[in-house]
Amino acid sequence: MSVFSSSAARPWLLSGPALALFASLLVTPIVMTVLLSFREFSFYGGISDTLGLSNYIEILGDGYFYEIFLRTFLIALGTTVLCVLLGVPEAYFIHRMGPLWRSMMLLVVLGPLLISVVVRTLGWAILLGNKGVINDLLTRMELIERPLKMMYTSGGIVLALTHVMIPFMILAVWASLQRQDPDSERAAESLGAGPVTVFLRVVLPQCVPGILSGSLIVFSLSASAFATPAILGGRRVKVVSTTVYDEFLNTLNWPLGAAIAVLLLVSIMTIMVAWTRLVERRHGEALQ
Amino acid sequence: MRRNGAFALVFNGIFALFMVAPLVVVIGVAFTPEGYLEFPPSGLSFRWFQAILDNPDFIEAAWISLELGVVSATLATAFAVPAALAIGRGRFAGREGMQALFLSPLTVPTVVLGIAFLRFLSLFDINGTFVGLVLCHAIIITPFILRLVLASVAGLDRSLEKAAISLGASDWTVFRRVTLPLILPGVVGGWVLAFITSFDELTVTVFIVNPSTTTLPVRLFSHITQTTDPLVASISTVVILFTVLLMVVLDRLYGLDRLLMGEGAR
Amino acid sequence: MSFLDLRSLTKRFGDISAVEDFSLSVAKGEFVSLLGPSGCGKTTTLQMIAGFINPTSGSMILNGKNLAAIPARARGLGIVFQTYALFPHMTVAENVGFGLEMRKVPKAERKRRVAEALDLVHLSHLTDRHPQAMSGGQRQRVALGRALVIQPELLLLDEPLSNLDAKLRDEMRLELRRIHKEAGVTTLLVTHDQDEAMALSDRVAVMRQGRLEQVDTPFEAYEGPRSTFISGFLGKTNTLRGDLLETTESGSRFRREGLILDGPVAHHIPGPVEVCLRPERIDLVEADEALVSGIVSERIFLGNQWLFRVDTPLGELMICRRNRGRREAEPGETVHLSWKPEHLRILPVEVQG
Repeated sequence: MSVFSSSAARPWLLSGPALALFASLLVTPIVMTVLLSFREFSFYGGISDTLGLSNYIEILGDGYFYEIFLRTFLIALGTTVLCVLLGVPEAYFIHRMGPLWRSMMLLVVLGPLLISVVVRTLGWAILLGNKGVINDLLTRMELIERPLKMMYTSGGIVLALTHVMIPFMILAVWASLQRQDPDSERAAESLGAGPVTVFLRVVLPQCVPGILSGSLIVFSLSASAFATPAILGGRRVKVVSTTVYDEFLNTLNWPLGAAIAVLLLVSIMTIMVAWTRLVERRHGEALQ
Repeated sequence: MRRNGAFALVFNGIFALFMVAPLVVVIGVAFTPEGYLEFPPSGLSFRWFQAILDNPDFIEAAWISLELGVVSATLATAFAVPAALAIGRGRFAGREGMQALFLSPLTVPTVVLGIAFLRFLSLFDINGTFVGLVLCHAIIITPFILRLVLASVAGLDRSLEKAAISLGASDWTVFRRVTLPLILPGVVGGWVLAFITSFDELTVTVFIVNPSTTTLPVRLFSHITQTTDPLVASISTVVILFTVLLMVVLDRLYGLDRLLMGEGAR
Repeated sequence: MSFLDLRSLTKRFGDISAVEDFSLSVAKGEFVSLLGPSGCGKTTTLQMIAGFINPTSGSMILNGKNLAAIPARARGLGIVFQTYALFPHMTVAENVGFGLEMRKVPKAERKRRVAEALDLVHLSHLTDRHPQAMSGGQRQRVALGRALVIQPELLLLDEPLSNLDAKLRDEMRLELRRIHKEAGVTTLLVTHDQDEAMALSDRVAVMRQGRLEQVDTPFEAYEGPRSTFISGFLGKTNTLRGDLLETTESGSRFRREGLILDGPVAHHIPGPVEVCLRPERIDLVEADEALVSGIVSERIFLGNQWLFRVDTPLGELMICRRNRGRREAEPGETVHLSWKPEHLRILPVEVQG
C-alpha cells in the first residue's frame, strides 16, 4: 500500500471513476453538440452528414434571433442590477443583526434556494396574473381600474428571477462581509463617520469583490434560466433557453437548436472571462 | 451591539415579505374549496390534496423523482468523495483542471447540458431510460457534493492521519477509521443537498425523460404551462413541506448555516 | 483637576456584571494602563469610553464634557484597535486622512497634517502603500498615525502590541513611549501584559473580575501590592499563609509552620494573613546567618538569571539570582536563605469567590 501512497498515480486512481463518468457523459456530449450545430437540417431529409455554417448564418442573419438574444441578456442584466440593489443592503442588514434574528433571516432569505424553482415560479404566476393576487389587491384598494399586465412580460420574469437568484448575491456579499474586520466600522465611526458614510466609504468598497462575483453568478444563471421564463413568458416572451427547447422538442430542428445553445454557451463564457479579467485588473492589487 | 436603524428594519421587513410571498400564496391557494385559483382562499378545504390521490400520474412521477434522487445522489457521492480526497490534498499537475472539470456543470448553461445529454443518450438509444437519467443527474449534482467534501477535507488535520499511520494503520484503515468519520458531516450534507438538487431538477431532465420516466418537476412544469389550477398548488405545497423537512434534517446533520454560508458562518 | 474622570462606571449584560463601580481619574498628558487578565472588564471599559458600549450606570467626563451624551463618531477620540482595523481598500495616506476628511478639513491642510502624522510615526516613505502590503509593525504605525492625526483629546490603545512578535513588540514599546512623549496626548492603554503596562505607563490600574483593585505608579504597585492577586500578576512572588501574632511600632511578628518570622510594620489585626516575598529579594547566605534553610529541588537557567525552587520548612520558595557567570547551587544541594523583614508584604487573606 505504501507504494501507492507516495505514488503520483494515486490522485488519478482516486478520481478515476469520476473522471471516466465526466469524460464520457459530459465532455463527449458537449463536443458532439458543438459538432451537431455545424450539421444541416431539412424537414424531409433530417440531419445531414456534412458540416457547414448554415445554422449560424441563419441565426446571425435573422432579426428574430437577435431580439431573443438581446431580450435574454437584458433580462439577465435587469435581474443582476435588482439583485445588487436589494441584495447588498439586505446582506449588510442581516450581518448587523443579533444572532437569533440573523439565523431566522438567513433561513427566510436562503431557504428558498432549496425549494423547487418550478414551485417558486408557480407562486409568482399566482401573484402576477391578470386576476392574480397583486392585481386583485390593487383593484380592491382602488389604486388601479384595469389590471396591470405582469404575466408574459419581461418585467415579470425579471421580478421572479430576482427572487430565484438573490440568495446567490446575498451569499457572495455575505462572504466578503464576513472577511471584514468588524473594528474597521468602529474605527471609521471613531474618526467621525456617520452610518451612511461608514456604509458607503468603508463597508461597500470592501464588499466590491463579493458584489462582482455575485453579479457574475446571477448574470450567467439568469441568462440561461429556463423554468421561470418558460412559465412566466410562455411562447410570447421567448428567451434563448426556451427557444432551444422549442427547436429540440417541438420543431425538432436539432442542429439549429444546438447552434443557438452553443452561441449562448460561448457568449456567457466570453462575458465571464472578460468580467473576471476586468475585476482582476481593477481589484487584484488593492484587494486580496 | 450595533443596531439597525428604522430604515433597515422596514427594508428588511419588505424583503422578507418578497422572499416568502410566492411560497405563501402557493400554500394558501392549495387550501381553496373552489375549482379555480383564489387567494386568500374563501375557506379551508383539503379537496385539492385529496385530488392528488386521484392523479396517479403525479404520484408515479413523485416516486420516480424519489428513486432518481436516492440512486443518483448515492452514485455521485461514491464518485465525488475519492475525487475530493485527491483534489483536496494532492499537489499534482492537472489538479486545478480536474477541479474545474468536476465543478463545470455549475457554469455550463443547463439547457446546453440538457441537449448534450439528449443527443448523447439518443445515439445509444437509452434516452428516456432510468439509467440515462441517473447518469446525467449524477453529473449535475457531483459539484454540490464535491464542494462540501472539499471543505471538510480542507478542515482536516493531516497529522491525525499521520498519527494513525505511525501507529501501524493501513491506508484503508486510515480512511475508514480516521478520515471518513471526520469528513462524514460533509459527505452526508453533500448527499442530502445532491438529493434535493436532483429531486428539483427540471431544465436538464425535461430533455431526457420519456412518458414512463417523467419526474415530478417535469410533470408539474408541463401541467403549469397548460393550466394553473389548485391541483398544482396542492402538489407544490407537498413539495415545499417535503423540502422543509429535508432542510430540518440537513440542519441537524450538517448545520444549514454552514451548508449555505460555508465553513466560516457564525 | 482631572482631565478624564470616570465615576462608578458599571456595565451589566443581563445578570452578568462585566464592569462594576469603576472610578478612575486621569490627568492631562498622563499615560495610564488598564491591566488585567482576559475577561477582567478592561476592554469593556475602553469600549464604553469609546462609545461602542453604553454603560449601565456611572458617568464619564472628558475635559468637562459628559461623554455619555455624545455619540461615538462625535467623541473625537483616537483609537488604536487590537487588529488595527485599517481600511484595506485605502492607501496609508487615505487611511490617515480619513478622520480629517470627516471633519471637512480642506485638502491642502489635510495633506500637510497627514504628512506630519506620518512623519511622527516614521512612515513618510510608505504613503501610497495599501495595508496588505505592510508588516505588522508598519500597520501598527499607520493605526497610530490615523488615531493621532485628528489631535484627539484622549488616545485609546486596545492591546496594540498583542499581534506583534516578541522582538517587534519591544521595539514598538519604545516607539509608543517616544510618540506619546512627542504628541503629549492623554493615553489610556488596555493590556494583559504587565511588562508592557509597567514599561509604558505613568500609572497602572489593575482590574480583576470587573473591579478596579489598585491604581499606582508601576513602582508603587510592584512594591506595595494591595492583594496577593496583584503581587502575583505584577511579576513573580512567593505567597505564604500564616498567622500574624503581634504588631508593634517597629515591626511585626508572624508564624508559619511553627517558625516565627519578623515582618515590616503592619496595620492588620492579628490573625490569618498572607505574606508575599519577591524571589529576587531572597539572598543566599552562610548557614549561621540563615532565616531558613532548604534543599534545591529544581534549577532553571534563563540567561540573565537563575531560577531556583527550594524546599524549606516554610514550604516551597522560588528564588531568583542574577547570573554572574559563577557556579550556582545544584538540585539536591542545601542552601541557606535570608531576607530583610521590610521585604515581606503582609496582605489580607483572599476570600475565594
